[in-house]
Amino acid sequence: MAVEESRHKTGDISVRLRRDGEGERLLFLHGAGGWPAWGPFFASLAGRYDVLLPEHPGFGLSDNPSSIRNVGDVAMYYLDFIDALDGPAVHLIGHSLGGWIAAEMAVRNTSRLKSLTLIAPAGVRVKGLVCGDNFIWSREEYFRNLIYDQALAEQEIARVPTDEEADIELTNRYMATKLGWEPRWFNPSLEPWLHRIRIPTLVLWGRDDKLFPSDYAKAWSARIPDIRVEIIPECGHRPQIEKPDVAAEKVLAFLGGRT
Amino acid sequence: MRFTFFHLMPYRPLDMTERHKHRAAWVVLPNELYDPKKGAEEYHSYIDQLVYAEELGFDVIGVNEHHQTAYGLMPAPNLIASALIARTKKAKVAVLGRALPLASNPVYIAEEFAMLDNLSRGRLITGFVRGIGNEYHASGINPYFSHERYQEAHDLIVAAWTKPGPFAFEGTHYNLRYVNLWPRPYQQPHPPIWIPSMGSSETIKWAAAPERKYPFLVTFSGRDLVARYLNMYREQARQYGYAASGDQLGWAVPLYVADTDERARVEAKAGLETLFNDFLAVPWEMLLPPGYMSLSSMKNTMKMRKALGTRARMTAEELIENGTAVVGSPKTVREQIERQRDATGANNLITMLQFGVLSDELTRRNMEMFAAEVMPHLR
Repeated sequence: MAVEESRHKTGDISVRLRRDGEGERLLFLHGAGGWPAWGPFFASLAGRYDVLLPEHPGFGLSDNPSSIRNVGDVAMYYLDFIDALDGPAVHLIGHSLGGWIAAEMAVRNTSRLKSLTLIAPAGVRVKGLVCGDNFIWSREEYFRNLIYDQALAEQEIARVPTDEEADIELTNRYMATKLGWEPRWFNPSLEPWLHRIRIPTLVLWGRDDKLFPSDYAKAWSARIPDIRVEIIPECGHRPQIEKPDVAAEKVLAFLGGRT
Repeated sequence: MRFTFFHLMPYRPLDMTERHKHRAAWVVLPNELYDPKKGAEEYHSYIDQLVYAEELGFDVIGVNEHHQTAYGLMPAPNLIASALIARTKKAKVAVLGRALPLASNPVYIAEEFAMLDNLSRGRLITGFVRGIGNEYHASGINPYFSHERYQEAHDLIVAAWTKPGPFAFEGTHYNLRYVNLWPRPYQQPHPPIWIPSMGSSETIKWAAAPERKYPFLVTFSGRDLVARYLNMYREQARQYGYAASGDQLGWAVPLYVADTDERARVEAKAGLETLFNDFLAVPWEMLLPPGYMSLSSMKNTMKMRKALGTRARMTAEELIENGTAVVGSPKTVREQIERQRDATGANNLITMLQFGVLSDELTRRNMEMFAAEVMPHLR
């Protein structure tokens, strides 16, 4: 499933971009784990949409400008990114850290957004609802906690990354730290403004997420006016990887009903 | 040579079986394992040892800062320094050091050090560090900005000590309308600043700069690494156009002296092995949070780690063999220190004569023998 890979420049910042499919534009913002492979989830979306999958500034081989110091800066970058695309508004999807970035964009400006899909998003903290500590986990704990199906976790753990992959993982870990270490994975000034997101919104969560518990979906749905919540059973923090068909089906049903 | 008696103040009554049910003796080790009655005894024993060091003729007595750990019971080392100042007359009192990036407002560090400098009438030596990586898990401070915060906090503290106040400080991490220290430091222009470090070329370059010339102390490294880092400092100074003095070069090392090599090795064994394997050892995710090292250094470190594989428990024999600890008869210990001094020009020896679970009795015997049989020969 090789798709086109290119460098895409907005302002002075150049990032890696995968893009495939035809139809309305759909921008997917990845999580702290880094730029995902073009798996079946993306292939399903690309069957109906023009899917853009950029690698965030500071991650992997994208530029790492010193001007980007927090998630708000990344959100401003992607608002520029969308403006520079011209053409009609886009569907915005974000996973985990990417969900947080997407929400920060949407509270600022939804005029160029058609819909918002948040998959296990970071960004909001509910007191007493304790999240996992991905920064203290070993590699093995990381996969065991992120994935519900432990047989799949075993496969991930057994895979030894190449030196190049290991370097990229480390780069991603550094940027994730810059953006998410403190306060841990949230912005206290985001939740009070979520009501500003007046576009159709879907929040999608793996029921067995050990990083951000799926009960967090309630906090989001309490604040965003036009929101649908979907919880996927027997699924960890990455529904689009662990349950790609179910996740794609839920997303496509939401997008289809809203366009 | 100049001799420092340095203490970490480990919590020796730690139940090591319980300890190994957790990933480290840091941050996540349940504090129910700390018994305040026993802990209070530890504080008093250790403070007595530090005071005794002055009596034995050590030039400097030193403490340091660590958080949420059985490895060292001094989250606030200035409190201990204050007690030491009250009980001593002539020894310098060194805080090696305070972890600058962890402070929300570094002016508090400048203020406390200025107080200690006044209280001691100029006997204070300060140390500026970034803390062990674990400290960023304990404090929540973002390690990505550790270097930035350290540089900025350093500039702010030195300015607070030397610039007439009030003045405004305009930084990235610290922004203060008023900086105006009461009291000002006793020593002029300011108390000495020492830089303890596990060694990094960036730190060496910065510490050796002509406008600073901060004494550099290598900690917890084998003899070859110690020599390599100290010689890097000397070479860096040469490149800056001056010759580093021996007082700018130091080396911190666990030491144990007994009448024979064999006896010394037997008596030091448990202390050394608990220090390195039980108190200090932590997984790399805790030790090296992202940003603690530069990304390029970290990439190299991880490649080396991959090549080495997982590490077994270190034995006292290995630690003695590679010179991470110096253990033996007075003659053996003298010779090893002399050899390192001759190889590096270092004039500053930071001795750790209590380490791990080493008892009070053995610690005192070690201190006495070091002071009587080793120190005078190296003066």
